[in-house]
Amino acid sequence: MIAFLIQTLRIVTPYLFAAAGGIISERAGIIALTLEGFMLTGAFCAALGSYYTGSPWVGILAGAAGGVLAALLHALATIRYRADQVVVGIAMNLLAVGVTRFFLRLAFDSSSNSPRIPGFGGGGVGSGVFSSLANPLVWFGILCMVGVGWTLYRTPFGLRVRAAGEKPEAALSVGVPVRRVRWLAVGLSGASAALGGAYLALDQHQFTDGMTAGRGFIALAAVIFGKWDPKRVTIACLLFAAAETMQIRLQSLQLVPSQFVEMIPYVLTIVALAGVVGRAVQPAALGKAVD
Amino acid sequence: MSGVAAVRMAGIVKRFGRIVANGGADLEVTTGEIHALVGENGAGKSTLMRVLSGMYPPDAGTAQVATDGKPLRDVTGWNTRQAIEAGVAMVHQHFMLVPTLTVAENLILGRELRRGLALDLRAAEREVRELSERTGLRVDPRRLVSDLSVGEAQRVEILKTLYRGAKVLILDEPTAVLSPPEVGELWKVLRRLRDDGGTVILITHKLDEVIEISETITVMRAGRTVGRMKTTESTPRTIARMMVGRDVSLALDVKDGGRGMRDEGTSGGGPAVSSSLIPALRVSNLTVPSARKPNEVDGVSFTVARGEIFGVAGVEGNGQTELIEAITGLRVAASGMVSIADSSGTLRDVTARDVRARAETGLSHVPEDRHRRGLVLDYSVADNLILGQQHRFTGGASVLDQARIASNAASRIKTFDIRPPDESLPSRALSGGNQQKVVIAREMGRPFTVLIAAQPTRGVDVGAIEFIHDQLRKARAEGKAILLVSADLVEILALSDRVAVMYGGRIVVTLPGSDASAEALGPYMTGAQGTAA
Amino acid sequence: MTSPSVDRPGSDRAARVRVAFEESILPPLVALAIAAVVGDILIIIFGQSPGEVYRQLLEGTWGNAYGFGQVIYKATTLTFTGLAVALGIRAGLFNIGAESQLASGGFLAALVGLAMPSGTPALLAVPVCLVAAAVGGGVVGAVPGELKARFGASEVIVTIMLNFVVLALLNYIVAAHIHVSETLHTPEIRAGALPRLAAAFPVFSGSAANTTFLLALATAAVVWWYLFRTRPGYELRAVGLQPDAAEYGGVRVGGVWAKTMVLSGVLAGVGGLNYVLGYKHYYEEGFGTGSGFLGIAVALVGRNHPVGVVIAALLFATLSQGGLAVNALVPKQMVDVLTAVVIIAVATAVPEVRRALAAARSGVGGNPPKAGRRESGIDGSRDSSDSRFPIPDSR
Repeated sequence: MIAFLIQTLRIVTPYLFAAAGGIISERAGIIALTLEGFMLTGAFCAALGSYYTGSPWVGILAGAAGGVLAALLHALATIRYRADQVVVGIAMNLLAVGVTRFFLRLAFDSSSNSPRIPGFGGGGVGSGVFSSLANPLVWFGILCMVGVGWTLYRTPFGLRVRAAGEKPEAALSVGVPVRRVRWLAVGLSGASAALGGAYLALDQHQFTDGMTAGRGFIALAAVIFGKWDPKRVTIACLLFAAAETMQIRLQSLQLVPSQFVEMIPYVLTIVALAGVVGRAVQPAALGKAVD
Repeated sequence: MSGVAAVRMAGIVKRFGRIVANGGADLEVTTGEIHALVGENGAGKSTLMRVLSGMYPPDAGTAQVATDGKPLRDVTGWNTRQAIEAGVAMVHQHFMLVPTLTVAENLILGRELRRGLALDLRAAEREVRELSERTGLRVDPRRLVSDLSVGEAQRVEILKTLYRGAKVLILDEPTAVLSPPEVGELWKVLRRLRDDGGTVILITHKLDEVIEISETITVMRAGRTVGRMKTTESTPRTIARMMVGRDVSLALDVKDGGRGMRDEGTSGGGPAVSSSLIPALRVSNLTVPSARKPNEVDGVSFTVARGEIFGVAGVEGNGQTELIEAITGLRVAASGMVSIADSSGTLRDVTARDVRARAETGLSHVPEDRHRRGLVLDYSVADNLILGQQHRFTGGASVLDQARIASNAASRIKTFDIRPPDESLPSRALSGGNQQKVVIAREMGRPFTVLIAAQPTRGVDVGAIEFIHDQLRKARAEGKAILLVSADLVEILALSDRVAVMYGGRIVVTLPGSDASAEALGPYMTGAQGTAA
Repeated sequence: MTSPSVDRPGSDRAARVRVAFEESILPPLVALAIAAVVGDILIIIFGQSPGEVYRQLLEGTWGNAYGFGQVIYKATTLTFTGLAVALGIRAGLFNIGAESQLASGGFLAALVGLAMPSGTPALLAVPVCLVAAAVGGGVVGAVPGELKARFGASEVIVTIMLNFVVLALLNYIVAAHIHVSETLHTPEIRAGALPRLAAAFPVFSGSAANTTFLLALATAAVVWWYLFRTRPGYELRAVGLQPDAAEYGGVRVGGVWAKTMVLSGVLAGVGGLNYVLGYKHYYEEGFGTGSGFLGIAVALVGRNHPVGVVIAALLFATLSQGGLAVNALVPKQMVDVLTAVVIIAVATAVPEVRRALAAARSGVGGNPPKAGRRESGIDGSRDSSDSRFPIPDSR
């Protein structure tokens, strides 16, 4: 049982990071399709940082920095130039894949993975169960989500974020610099999601091509299913992670094909959008540019 | 009145593209008074106040403001932030509140109260309560704005400005969304503000309210200031006459025996004389909801006969849009019935039918917003000339019959003199008048029994106006029933056989054309006379 | 009261054509220029000469028959997915699900091809497989369409989520039930195979190009005809441009949305034939990976016009194949990077170019600035948030 919980914790951490980023971005009105790309960027930058300095802590910083950089590019295109957020979001994901692969070749001369890097914890699924808890990022992940919740509801910035995502005209009319607020929110989402990727890389002691494997989208699914509220989103993340853990543990029993477990987050999101479990109504100004 | 000017605007000019919204407007408001800024839609009142509140800079003219005991200073071209800091704030018709936030949160947005890094919501709530007490604007700070009634939301809007230290408060048509008791509450609040030393500028077209609450009145018309007087020295009639302008005196030309019709020598017979009294459009007890209220149209009934132009006058925002949408099928009515005569003359109940079915039965519609509804701006003129009728220009296998579309376009362009006469031009490129001609050519160029013409000459040049009016008269002569809805009283008076006035979602009076005039109708349009009819 | 009137100048045809040209062609050109610059930078980072790399890229694609064949092959799939996305955008919808619609179409076609007795004449087998592919894609497309029409659910999110669901489902079916051992593909189809181009033009031997390419061109023509020559196409475009006007014109907007998503799915699904009938003759896990997303790029660069889509498909196919050709010099991932850069650049260029052109033409006509972008009507007095149809921000 304890092992189950701990494994779930390991699995949920990247979701928490990415979903926290997704919440703050979408609540401010910017669609968070790029979580996947930010995560991958963060994973790669973390690997680079850790490899070249030998310190996983530098890896964490490098990962976050990479995410912020990517986020700023996204913000430039969507906020400053008002390009369509969906199109740019998808392109950013493609860009992340391409750029990481390109520099993977360049830096490590490989098309599939980096060499082993210093990280946290034992690394790999089989190693000591409690060693995962030694990975500080696990705690950061929880902190991140809590932090987003607190920021959103208890700080002036969070208030402005919520206004910017619901009715930016109202915010503009009282002098809130909506564009600047959105830039900041996107930057934060980049850092947060990237940390989720950094966690993956540092936990596995390696960067592998495409290692995020759709986690960014699962995080987005959690954000939608959790109706953009940090508490609910956390529950959604835990739900998805628990299902994954269960599936891994029961793999030998072949009770339910793994593919169906994989589908759970996505099916739930579709169902939420159709309103079967209470409508998931998004922030009103989500996806709309501001004059 | 203390006699010290709080606001002085002179010669303000503001253009948007080629529209001249303000063409030399003046305003002088004394400190500590309630000042009414009056005029019809399009007179330029909102624009002038937006210039004052910093939303846009004027193209010419000056604005001066004196607040906080300081003398008048030039503030021409300032922005909203500067205006708010100086104590000049505007409460808009369409509220700028975030629905998912509480009252307190909305109040402090942009000027947040902090405690360390965090929001001090408790202090915010306290502020709201204190302000509420002081001003009489009662509202619970903890409630979500989406749960508030319109009147309560307005209170929050006003509180927002006061929280930021507004001394000159501009209110844009504040009673448009209020019920009579709420209006009374608002007056109390405004009077209290004035007694506290504040200045209030009230943009309105409702003359009964002007008389009740204001001390000084400025009248605007067609972008200019045309009058300034003390409320005690005016009556609704004198104000209305100034609002509607010189054309009114033409309309009141005694030549026609006081009929109030603008043009002499109209072809097709005079008003109301040859009306056949065979109903072609019947509306019974129609109640239509809107986002604002469940009875935006409140139990309206009327009948339009064949060979008749039935004019519905009234300032916009009194339910006309929703009425038209319900008749045409673009909006679902809450209750009531709509019947349209088909080509054989039989009245058919179309209440449950969709837009196309009603059109097929015989309904044509010239919508009030040609840019949103009437035309697909990126479509060519030819393509727009078949909008709503595209299934009739379809051959086998759903293919559009290009030849027929082209010939249809050619003949319409010729008959209705659409310029430039190029059917492949995107409609966006046409002038307003010609765009409207496209809509009219389409709606009137096909077989119909009932035509709904909403604001048919809005934004249209004079030549096209005459043309469109002629088309309407011609249709009447051919036995069509026409429902004309317009905020342009002159137009209504010139064309209608019978005139009704719509106010507050109801038809408050119906007069035969011969009895209709600006003087007779004005009071009904502004609510000064008559309630539910 | 008569409001001051708005006068716009009549334009002459030449000026109009020029304006249309500017607005549609300029953004992709600007984007390609930006991508070329970025490409140069990346090439230099890798220590190569841009001129040399571009020369080899062109040689390896349009310069030799095999390369050209590969370009045609890849362009075929991209044409289908590009058309799918473009059709959706014309109706104001974003179909991100081309990826899974493509896979479903290919899968069903493979199943049907497997089920038919071998020896079934191609004249019968191919159309049957075609229908199967259409159904496969159409069914997947129907889900977001219905959900949008009925519940207003964002088709963007639904299609993205559904991609995962459908691909996982297909993976399960193939892995658990219908695969050739040691592989991830279905058994070879017994009927319905399409000949390679090499069969008619031996110079293309070795490349995967097949007659599906002709089907792609024909489909582009059909889509063009549908959009611009039929009544449903007229209504579809109206819904995409101005849903309020379409509604006024008697069009059921929700119905158009639902139908368009199905058609979009059908287009993507048929694209699966390229691989399944024309190349490997079986369905393989991941055969279309990336083609769905690239379809978005193709539609965007092709400005959502069937002709543009074909050209853009050839462009991206050239890039893709070219990346392989220069792999010795520069990692082929550079192409992935360039593709993404092109997409971002086009997406950014479209509103910018539009605004720049509008500013250049401004001072003539126009409504008052829309405070909060919600007002309409000649004097800005109406709040058009009454419109039930959210208008996509930029297209």
